[in-house]
Amino acid sequence: MMGTNKKDVKGYLEFVYEFYQSMKEHEISLVYEGEITHQITKAFTSLTESNMAKEEESNLVQKKVFHVMVECLQNISKHADDFGSNDFMFSGRGIFLVAKGKDDYSVTTGNAVDNSKIPDLKNLLEQVNSLDKDELTELYKKQIKEGRLSDKGGAGLGFIDIKRKTGRNLNYHFLPINEDTSFFLLTSTISRVA
Amino acid sequence: MGTDDTPTVILDVANDMFEISGRSLPEDVAAFYNPIIDWVEKYNQSPKVKTVFNFKLVYFNTASSKMLLDILMKLEELFHAGKDVLIKWHYAEDDEDMKEAGEEYADIVDVPFEQVAVA
Repeated sequence: MMGTNKKDVKGYLEFVYEFYQSMKEHEISLVYEGEITHQITKAFTSLTESNMAKEEESNLVQKKVFHVMVECLQNISKHADDFGSNDFMFSGRGIFLVAKGKDDYSVTTGNAVDNSKIPDLKNLLEQVNSLDKDELTELYKKQIKEGRLSDKGGAGLGFIDIKRKTGRNLNYHFLPINEDTSFFLLTSTISRVA
Repeated sequence: MGTDDTPTVILDVANDMFEISGRSLPEDVAAFYNPIIDWVEKYNQSPKVKTVFNFKLVYFNTASSKMLLDILMKLEELFHAGKDVLIKWHYAEDDEDMKEAGEEYADIVDVPFEQVAVA
């Protein structure tokens, strides 16, 4: 990418500027691509927390954003070894974005998933999206009680928690990477007005 | 002592102090909580006349929530064995979510449960 050719360098730097403009346009305040670990989770949550505190965001909004970030990041880091492969797509890597708009924050993750997992993921997300506040509380209680979680925590509980904390549906999208895998995009929004 | 991702845990039989406080999002929830659950199980074999267990959490992730329930269920066993047990669930008075979390645990486990709003 970074050749010695002056034209290449210029092209690259112009791309960086477009990338920067694109981030501004989408009000993205944090973007990351790479391995998502516990350390990364801690670093991003504390960075976002201190930014929100500086901008005098309400405690309630700060807490909600924190909750959503942790659950989203852990969804990726905890399922890192599910594929049993060192392939870059399957080792707990992904993209992570936080955007701050006038009315909302949005937290978005993207990571590769095995196509065989898509039906379960879709069912879980559709179920969570279809339930109201009381139904979600019941489902949450049922799930922790029955211990229907892997020792990794279980994505289901994370999705339930996000919807309960934000009061909003989780938006998602699957894009094919190849015949076996897809890129799973998930985005949650948190209202800045309490 | 707690860290920014693990709570402070006090299990002091001599001084009647049983407390979990702070933030809970450990990297490995089982590794962090299993020793505590095991400790309570052992304690149940020769408990004090009265056990007051304080939860003063400001944040816990969903992975921790199941482990907290496991601790509460051990305390429920102690209560069912005829011992005097009280759970005190402390939350900041403006923290509706933490209050609700306490109410949900109180619904799930059969053990005396007291909500304590902290100003």
